[in-house]
Amino acid sequence: MNDMTPIQKSSPKDWETDQEVRWCPGCGDYAILKAVQRTMPELGSTPENTVFVSGIGCSSRFPYYMETYGFHTIHGRAPAVATGVKLANPDLDVWIITGDGDALSIGGNHTMHLLRRNLDCQILLFNNEIYGLTKGQYSPTSRVGTKSPSTPFGSVDRPATPCAFALGSGARFVARGFDVSKHLPDVLKAAHAHKGAAFIEIFQNCIVYNKDVFEDFAAPKGAEARQLWLQDGQPMLFDGGTKGIAMDMETLTLKVVGVAEGDWQAAGVIVHNVKNRAIAHMLVEMPFGEFPMALGVLYDDPRPTFDSAVVEQNAKLSEGKTPDLQALISKGQTWTVE
Amino acid sequence: MATAARSIDTQSQADIPHPEAVVVRFAGDSGDGMQLTGGQFTLSSALAGNDFATFPDFPAEIRAPQGTLFGVSAFQINFGSSDIETAGDAPDVLIAMNPAALKTNAPDLKPGGLIIADDGEFNARNLAKAQYDVNPLEDGSLGKWQLVHFNISQLTMDAVKPFGLGNKEALRCKNMWTLGLALWMFDRDREPIVQWLKDKFAKNPILADANIAALNAGHAYGETAEIGNPGAVPIPRKHVDAAPAEAGLYRTINGADAAAMGLVAGCQLAGVKMFFGGYPITPASSILHALARFKEYGVTTFQAEDEIAAIASAIGASYAGQLGVTSSSGPGIALKTEAIGLAVMTELPLVIVNSQRGGPSTGLPTKTEQSDLYQAVYGRNGDTPLPVIAARSPGDVFDCAIEAVRIATQFMTPVILLTDGYIANAAEPWKVPDMSSYKPFPVSFLDHVPEGGFKPYGRDAKLARPWVKPGTPGLLHRIGGIEKEVDTGHLNYSPANHQAMTDIRKGKVDGIASHIPDQDVCLGSEGGKLAVVGWGSTFGPIHQAVRRMRVKGHDVSHIHVRHIWPMPGNLGDLLRSYDKVIVPEMNTGQFKTVLRDQYLIDAKPLNKVSGQPFRIHEIEAAIEEALA
Repeated sequence: MNDMTPIQKSSPKDWETDQEVRWCPGCGDYAILKAVQRTMPELGSTPENTVFVSGIGCSSRFPYYMETYGFHTIHGRAPAVATGVKLANPDLDVWIITGDGDALSIGGNHTMHLLRRNLDCQILLFNNEIYGLTKGQYSPTSRVGTKSPSTPFGSVDRPATPCAFALGSGARFVARGFDVSKHLPDVLKAAHAHKGAAFIEIFQNCIVYNKDVFEDFAAPKGAEARQLWLQDGQPMLFDGGTKGIAMDMETLTLKVVGVAEGDWQAAGVIVHNVKNRAIAHMLVEMPFGEFPMALGVLYDDPRPTFDSAVVEQNAKLSEGKTPDLQALISKGQTWTVE
Repeated sequence: MATAARSIDTQSQADIPHPEAVVVRFAGDSGDGMQLTGGQFTLSSALAGNDFATFPDFPAEIRAPQGTLFGVSAFQINFGSSDIETAGDAPDVLIAMNPAALKTNAPDLKPGGLIIADDGEFNARNLAKAQYDVNPLEDGSLGKWQLVHFNISQLTMDAVKPFGLGNKEALRCKNMWTLGLALWMFDRDREPIVQWLKDKFAKNPILADANIAALNAGHAYGETAEIGNPGAVPIPRKHVDAAPAEAGLYRTINGADAAAMGLVAGCQLAGVKMFFGGYPITPASSILHALARFKEYGVTTFQAEDEIAAIASAIGASYAGQLGVTSSSGPGIALKTEAIGLAVMTELPLVIVNSQRGGPSTGLPTKTEQSDLYQAVYGRNGDTPLPVIAARSPGDVFDCAIEAVRIATQFMTPVILLTDGYIANAAEPWKVPDMSSYKPFPVSFLDHVPEGGFKPYGRDAKLARPWVKPGTPGLLHRIGGIEKEVDTGHLNYSPANHQAMTDIRKGKVDGIASHIPDQDVCLGSEGGKLAVVGWGSTFGPIHQAVRRMRVKGHDVSHIHVRHIWPMPGNLGDLLRSYDKVIVPEMNTGQFKTVLRDQYLIDAKPLNKVSGQPFRIHEIEAAIEEALA
């Protein structure tokens, strides 16, 4: 395609396949699929240059429903497959679809290294805090005490916090959303705009095995008081602007403060700066209940990507060299028999 | 480059014996530089026009505690004036740099063979570490061999004294002193080694000079000993004539370099770029090291976080339109197994190189074995056939790698290429092939909707499905590990479809048999009393054993199988044309079982799993027994 070709904007329909969607009726995955299909036309990508790579689990069926190139791989390995795809063709727009078990249990190692290397791609981690496709065992993000077929008396191990894991692994973009949130497309757009590995945790309601486990903050009723939607350059306000997040200067921890008459500055409310890594660490660790759930783009500070570094090094070292296979095999300790 | 000397010094040659072949083993502590010494002696043999084969044998520990029995590192070379196929059964000469090296290696030495020992290292401490109660150099226990010993350590220190090195650094030159002596013993030119030392220590000319001085001193020691210099021990000297060889350019090559270059060559012949995903493992890492330097050949190397990511990234690259390649050794291949199944299911081209080592589990990381044949042929869940090729020697790896790329890209399938620790590390002379003599096998990516519509799992005459690069408009499709519907590639679990797809996958791989050469008899006749059937690196000892037995008048033939799966179409009939078949293998009989299963023939096993290659006489004995 050259510069003169007018880019025709696609519609969400153009990103839907003819395949029958096989998730349980009412599953949060439907809402996420719709949000992605609705967002794709806004991104300037084309279906043929887009690749969805997934692992194994309910969420990993996602690629079959996207009218793009797609690869439904094996359990936990989507980041590794995606790395090969992107390094072999850096022009492709690569999306990884994974779940809490896929990305943090069996595939934790690959997730960590993909984030550390900063491969240019979007990672959508559907977190439903349960193993759905294997019928309801507790997952690495399940809360302590989760009763499941494999933990009939309640789980006893502490859960992982996906966004904290991502930051700890060196992620340069960390965001949170949930399946039915109207803000999800904006989060997806921000992730796509970020050059590098963009990690998005999407809380997703498994209506069969872990129904409404996120209701405490995701329910529309009372959402204002329980959701902190972060926006770069804006004060961290919630509950209709009557509350905010401030820094306790004595303990160097976050605290909730009341905001009187909109004077958030007087209350010491922090202005969100997506490049502030230290605050990002605090936001992802904020315990829900005492604090609202931090949502939106928590951290966004790009760095050179792995794929561009590989391409650059390959190009630099090949510069001025003509690949001559005959010369290559004739190198080393050689001698001539006459 | 150098020109092989056909004659070195006629005057000296006249005085000394001219054996047809000699086996020398250098053995010392793992810090003594024996592999380097062996490598340079190998180069010298090449330049003298000898044919040769080498066997580096080193411990799994990087620096095992000094002086210990398990810390001994050895390098054996067999060089001769006629065809050499193995590193030699028993050494004629053993150079032992310490008591541990003597203890672990002397039992292999030929009766009457020569031991040269550095008596400077035979002190109480080292003797104790080698579990000698008394000094074997003094108690007559080495009586069945010729023994010469002198203080190589001290002689080296004396030689490098002018360069002002510390004790430790000075002693590091010991291996060059020893090499100098070996060069004198076998009437070799020192100049190429001097040049190599200058290059190697270009940044530190003092070290270069010291090492050259040590090399010269070792050489001079031999000379002065010969003329009866008081105090010096006379050392026997031999000259091995040049072996007849086809004219052309030669180089030394080991299996790892051959694999790297063969893969590059294969990708050039196929017209695709290569993506190599690897994870460090002995003895396969050297392939990753070599390829990491080949960037201008369109090679991207990726050191992944683990074996699984290494193959998964390679599969991703294949999906995106490059040829994915991964390599490992048995334990790493085990980790890759699930992903190999994915490559079979998604019918993507992929080359998996297994440098086999002793198993099970971590096993014998630095020793050789052929015990991953079942793993390669059968080792996956489900009915998951894939082609398997085995290389027989370092040079042969080059051609096998090209063959693996050809089959992978032409048939859209993962291919396993088996080498082993011996092939990976051993060096042999290799006549550099003319690349224009290889026929290209260009891949064609599907880039448009064909007549009748696009079918991601449609088939060509070879049953291969189309290879489509993401980024191609109009050919969007999804693949994955779930059973595919015939033609469309959609998810389909139906009984009839699974039966059909299983049959297609099997049929595709079976069909490769008609696209590989017929099985030949590499020595002997079609039909007869006995066939010795081998695969992989047992080629050398089997070939020599069969040759020797045929010279003695026995009716025995050698069949070497490169295509392990599928096997050549005529192999069954060929094997049935012999009264008996024996299959020597460095495992407990894996290929034997495959042959029995495929052809219902009474193939008899000959097995060795000691981590060491077969010796020629072991196979000769088996032939004798089979013909008795």
